[in-house]
Amino acid sequence: MNIQLSHPRLELRGITKIYPSVVANEKVDLIVYPGEIHAVLGENGAGKSTLMKIIYGVTRPDAGEMLWENREVHIESPAEARRMGIGMVFQHFSLFETLTVAENISLALDTPMASSELAQRISAVSEEYGLPIDPHRLVHSMSVGERQRVEIVRCLLNRPRLLIMDEPTSVLTPQAVLKLFETLRRLAAEGCSILYISHKLDEIQALCDSATVLRSGCVTGTTSPKQETRESLARMMIGKDLPHCQMDTRTPGEVRLKINQLSLATVDPFGTHLQNIDLEVRSGEIVGIAGISGNGQKELLAALSGEQPAQQSDTTHISGTAAGKLNPAQRRKLGLRFVPEERLGRGAVPSLSLGLNALITGSDSSMVKRGLIDHSSVRVFAQAVIKRFNVKCGGDKALASSLSGGNLQKFIVGREIMFAPKMMIVAQPTWGVDIGAAQLIRQALIELRNQGVAVLVVSEELEELFMICDRIAVIADGRLSPVVAAVETSVAQIGLWMSGEFTQDNSELAHA
Amino acid sequence: MSVEQLIPIFASTVAAATPLAYAAFGELVTERSGVLNLGVEGMMLVGAVAGFAVAFHTGSLGLGFAAGMFSGVALALIFAVLTLSLQTNQVATGLALTLFGVGLSAFAGRDYVGVTLGGLQPLTIPLLSDIPFFGPLLFHFDILVYGSIVALFALQWFFGRSRWGLVLRAVGESPASAHAIGYSVIGIRYMAVLFGGAMSGLAGAYLSLAITPLWVEGMTAGRGWIALALVVFGTWKPMRVLLGAYLFGGVTILQFYGQGMGIHIASQLLSMLPYLVTIFVLVLISRNPKTILLNQPMSLGQSYYPHS
Repeated sequence: MNIQLSHPRLELRGITKIYPSVVANEKVDLIVYPGEIHAVLGENGAGKSTLMKIIYGVTRPDAGEMLWENREVHIESPAEARRMGIGMVFQHFSLFETLTVAENISLALDTPMASSELAQRISAVSEEYGLPIDPHRLVHSMSVGERQRVEIVRCLLNRPRLLIMDEPTSVLTPQAVLKLFETLRRLAAEGCSILYISHKLDEIQALCDSATVLRSGCVTGTTSPKQETRESLARMMIGKDLPHCQMDTRTPGEVRLKINQLSLATVDPFGTHLQNIDLEVRSGEIVGIAGISGNGQKELLAALSGEQPAQQSDTTHISGTAAGKLNPAQRRKLGLRFVPEERLGRGAVPSLSLGLNALITGSDSSMVKRGLIDHSSVRVFAQAVIKRFNVKCGGDKALASSLSGGNLQKFIVGREIMFAPKMMIVAQPTWGVDIGAAQLIRQALIELRNQGVAVLVVSEELEELFMICDRIAVIADGRLSPVVAAVETSVAQIGLWMSGEFTQDNSELAHA
Repeated sequence: MSVEQLIPIFASTVAAATPLAYAAFGELVTERSGVLNLGVEGMMLVGAVAGFAVAFHTGSLGLGFAAGMFSGVALALIFAVLTLSLQTNQVATGLALTLFGVGLSAFAGRDYVGVTLGGLQPLTIPLLSDIPFFGPLLFHFDILVYGSIVALFALQWFFGRSRWGLVLRAVGESPASAHAIGYSVIGIRYMAVLFGGAMSGLAGAYLSLAITPLWVEGMTAGRGWIALALVVFGTWKPMRVLLGAYLFGGVTILQFYGQGMGIHIASQLLSMLPYLVTIFVLVLISRNPKTILLNQPMSLGQSYYPHS
């Protein structure tokens, strides 16, 4: 079928959006045909999300025109976009946790419907497209994958002719991704156009008919991804060749971090209870913990960092010391260093300079003398981090909030590395970080391992874990899978485990 | 004590609880939209003095109550413009609103101190009011008491069944999501704040036109603050809030009777009782963190800037 013969469903001409500090989109052109799955490819911060918000009427462009089925339109609101037949599945879901599925969906319908009729239609549509959901469940009790189904069903009820998917696979297991692709292909076959936003090259090659690539707000190319290579797509996206990690095999040393039957009940009704977690991290190895977010990662990290101490002190051993009840500062003294997922707010104080942010986890170092801050050594330290980890910023006096996500992450990881840790725990090391900075951070973690540090990485990006880990485990519903050597497992197996399908017997075998 | 003596105790309990219920219902709607208005006490006082003054000059209680509600709305409008349109801090603005209301009502009420009015009279319902014991117990109240029960069911229907109630809860839980799917967060919050103002004004007018038909400076005596506490400790549920109001009213009246019967406890200590008992009981019944998290408007007290 040659879809190019028909009129475009949506055409953007010269769309420009300028925010006070940044040009989000500059003269962006984009054409989507009926029944086409069109990728919008770009790194974090390339302007993909802004562009989609403009199409969906959340944000208004400063210049440019938009044509919907050959007529010029000005979309004033999401409600108007929905009336025209545009649906959007958001990256950070726009669901209300304390409401039921049916209530959530009813909020996005433009013509109110009786609740019994709505529940029936939800079930009908969800069955038709292979997206099983129960209309009467409360959203807070659902997994992220299930929540995404709710979002998709919510769009489908409005019979969209253009569906926008914003980074839809970041919350799914590899198996669920394949199912999502089936659903999307079916929709496209029925004539629905799909705008698929992603930075994952392999997904775009597997799914999309055409692609528009964005870099720093500008279109750097329009292409057919199936005829490109990963490398050529990456060059369009980041403007240079894809960097690679260097990692050789090593024999790990003694056990530095030992978790023994750690169970923690959470008071947060939206949280996850940790159940009987066993884990060992040795000197000179990187252990990765995979899993879909919301399966206990947050709770496990809080237990490891000491923010949520355990009831018994023998559940956690740091370098042989029972440390279950110790607080974060006491654990730091034992050589445990921690990089949290939230950079601004937990990893760094937004309104303080980089220098003072270095001091936050370094208050027991030489930067404090007799209880007073030694400002000159703070400056020397911060400048050293900035130089060694190539942090782009306005010097050691720059505020943490003025840095881009990637640069701030380089600074935070660098800060902890400079304190010469014995153990390093890193959560989502490259989340929202551009590819170049991500490789630098990964390489830094590998070097840390080569120096004999025990490194634990919690990440939702499977590809990343396979790139840098010696051993990998999966956390699902608060339980930890067996830990396996990365070379002896596969994305498929880890993906299966991510949905909770590992038995307790397996984990006993692995410890034997 | 005979059974007949319970009737006046019950009647005064209900009377004491009714203004609390109105003010708390109004604040409940406001808070469910994610806005914390600490100006309830101020809005009640202004409602009380405006209601009394208008009723005094026109001789119409109905106009008095209307004036009470209208003045509550006017004060709430100031709060809404400041916090919703100009994004000021809700806590500080609410406190300032109470201080403003205290001062304004004292100033406006100078000429009415010591004046009395014929207050709101109970309705006599044919047949029902004549039933022995139950007639005087249940069917001898003024219209606003019945109104507060109607308000309870109306609120339960609004939040549980109606589309706009759903939208209001959605706005209170996640204004960003509500904006993303196309609702006017600021517009809906304006409505909720103004409704809260109307209810607080009505509650104030009930004090000065029904319970004690006269104007005294500061006559709310902290009831606005108790209404605020009722909403929180009642976990934003209309039924629990009303129960809390009756509990407070009941203990208030009982300690009066206690003082009257000469119980040898300092009257100041007895006066503390209603506040302590109400908060204690409500904390006990709503200890469950899950109930709180499921009902607490997550964006409560936070300003929202719609990005366009």
